[in-house]
Amino acid sequence: MAQAPALPRGFELPLEPRLPRIGSVDQVALEERSATLAKRSIKREAKLFALELAVRMTDLTTLEGADTPGKVAALASKAVRPDPADPTIPSAAAVCVYPNLVPTALEKVKGSTVKVASVATAFPSGQSPLDLKVEEARRAAEMGADEIDMVIDRGAFLSGNYARVYEEVRQIKEAVGSVHLKVILETGELGTYDNVRRASLLAIAGGADFIKTSTGKIQPAATLPVTLVMLEAVRDVYEETGRKIGVKPAGGIRQAKQAVQHLVAVNETLGPEWLTPDLFRFGASSLLNDVLLQIRKEKTGRYQSPDYFTLD
Amino acid sequence: MTDLDKRQDRSPVPSAFDYAPAPESREIVALEERYGLFIGGEYVEPRSGEHQPTVSPATEEELAEVAYAGAEDVDLAVGVAREAFANGWSDIAPGERAKYLFRIARILQERSREFAVLESLDGGKPIRESRDVDLPLSAAHFFYYAGWADKLEYAFPNRSPRPLGVAAQIIPWNFPLLMLAWKIAPALAAGNTVVLKPAESTPLTALLFCDVLRQADLPPGVVNIVTGDGRAGAALVEHEDVDKVAFTGSTEIGKEIQKAVAGTGKKLTLELGGKAANIVFDDAPLDQAIEGIVNGIYFNQGHVCCAGSRLLVQESIYEPLIAKLKRRMGTLRVGDPLDKNTDIGAINSKQQLEKIKELVAAGEEEGAEVFQPECRLPERGWWFAPTVFTSVAQSYRIAQEEIFGPVLSVLTFRTPDEAVEKANNTAYGLSAGVWTEKGSRILSMAQQLRAGVVWANTYNRFDPTSPFGGYKESGFGREGGLHGLAPYLRFE
Repeated sequence: MAQAPALPRGFELPLEPRLPRIGSVDQVALEERSATLAKRSIKREAKLFALELAVRMTDLTTLEGADTPGKVAALASKAVRPDPADPTIPSAAAVCVYPNLVPTALEKVKGSTVKVASVATAFPSGQSPLDLKVEEARRAAEMGADEIDMVIDRGAFLSGNYARVYEEVRQIKEAVGSVHLKVILETGELGTYDNVRRASLLAIAGGADFIKTSTGKIQPAATLPVTLVMLEAVRDVYEETGRKIGVKPAGGIRQAKQAVQHLVAVNETLGPEWLTPDLFRFGASSLLNDVLLQIRKEKTGRYQSPDYFTLD
Repeated sequence: MTDLDKRQDRSPVPSAFDYAPAPESREIVALEERYGLFIGGEYVEPRSGEHQPTVSPATEEELAEVAYAGAEDVDLAVGVAREAFANGWSDIAPGERAKYLFRIARILQERSREFAVLESLDGGKPIRESRDVDLPLSAAHFFYYAGWADKLEYAFPNRSPRPLGVAAQIIPWNFPLLMLAWKIAPALAAGNTVVLKPAESTPLTALLFCDVLRQADLPPGVVNIVTGDGRAGAALVEHEDVDKVAFTGSTEIGKEIQKAVAGTGKKLTLELGGKAANIVFDDAPLDQAIEGIVNGIYFNQGHVCCAGSRLLVQESIYEPLIAKLKRRMGTLRVGDPLDKNTDIGAINSKQQLEKIKELVAAGEEEGAEVFQPECRLPERGWWFAPTVFTSVAQSYRIAQEEIFGPVLSVLTFRTPDEAVEKANNTAYGLSAGVWTEKGSRILSMAQQLRAGVVWANTYNRFDPTSPFGGYKESGFGREGGLHGLAPYLRFE
């Protein structure tokens, strides 16, 4: 990792010796490509494969002011065993909660493969002093979170202060050490695909293990073109440096069909190597039940009432 | 090791995401065993007495037998078209003509799945393309020209536009229905009647289109379809009672037609071959440029006259761009045209496949480096893997001649001037592509490139309102837009 250089406002100097050039994104062509990917017709075994993978990639999320230990415990239990009626269904990847609820979640997922992710750094706005944000991330990690989901300071980014965004990511990565760091770009506030690409490369240069689209508090959240831009940025970094960065679309993915479309995009952009929860996640809550419903349909040939799937 | 660390131990094994076959059903298409010629609103037996099979290039399966028209049949068709022109079609209220065209457009939309399946079956192009490109565009052309039918006076103010008479139209096999729409829609909107000859290898959608004409209640004789080979084409071009000849196809045949028409007073438009330059500057949005390059050359197996078959890359981005391109080519899915996930279908005919192979062999012999991604081609049928040649010199045959297949030749340049010079250094001049983030450069390139169409940050994008046609050996005359209407009118 390069030392933090003093960056001029243009952000065209490479932050790492071999970081790819920033480049640009053409909106029309990008959206056309993502529409083509969305039209792939995924059937039978391929569909079942994608649906089960989607379950294993889900970060089951609750980020409300009204979250209680009871709510989080229910969610964590669901993550461990998503479908009590079908033991072959794998566990979700993680539960994603506020720092105060990390201990509750840890307690519930103990002994399973499910990880606990905590948001931090003045989520969702990121508009707090840096030392507080660093401290919050450190504390969340100390409380036992396996993964920290931080937000970037969009105010700094949009005013052209890229160096500050980079520096924050770098300091927070330093503070959380080996804990997995996901950096939320909040793409719905960035305005252009060019900015999404720029913010992705900035976060990766700062030390992100994962880049994540959204907090879920802003619309639009994850869309297929946005995810595609991030996948392409990750691919460029991988080809230049060999570093494997994960991608997490979060918010707005509610249907199994959308999840499958995202997996097609991963498959055709980064290849099957990225088809693992270590490198791709869905941040969602209502998605899981639709995926379970579709899996049941693939296995039995019949749709069941949503009442047969637990609401948590 | 803490409990937490243990939980992180799991390392999932990535496995391949193989898409299961997703074929579009053939059931929707009801094929006849044998087709006659469509003359005067009826299917008639050819007087030539000749029928030939049409086959599916993906399986070599015989789909149907199709009539091969002789000079006598062509004469009959032109006579019927002349009669229909004189007895009503040329002077019915223009609003009525518009109604027929709108009706045809709507029926095409309603029956688009049927047409798309048949187009892929007979021509070998992926269903994804016939469904998403050929059919919507065909309907759009009829809608567009339907709108002009009763507004010709406004389209050409103070010039008293009048129809010409009988239009003889000959279309190629790469976009059978779309080329039919490009030809028939403006001709009818202007008040002409038509005799159209589809290509010998892809006649079926044109024959199904006759069914649409009957459904739309178009008066008999206004559109006549004569299937057959070059003999029928020659008879049609040379027929004395034809007022206008429109041809899309090879430069070679185009030249013969121009000779045949010389001195006869027949109006002529030719849309011929191309060897388009797709120019990528170093500030281009790379990932999208890759999509544009792929779409430029591998769209419809490269059977596109405006295909971006010469890629001109600025040297400073040559390596990353080629690496990205090769990677992307590895994700192209070659196979069953009716599978909804197929990106590249079958080569249209055995003859075309031979031509592609011959030119690719020439490229290797001349010293270019060839790359093809790993892909399993079906055993039956005619196939060619997507191919890219690097280290190509301007003097190689693969940089000069139209290959009309999924074969890309890559050249480099250093400055915008050099790009223009190389792009224009060809006998053709149909289309070009420019990829850059700089708006001013797009405009200056568009002015300097001698090509009928210049795409900026996109490729192979068509619209009925936009004129299409070439310079030099790519032909003359325009199709689409008002420019496409004028060749079907005379002005008093």
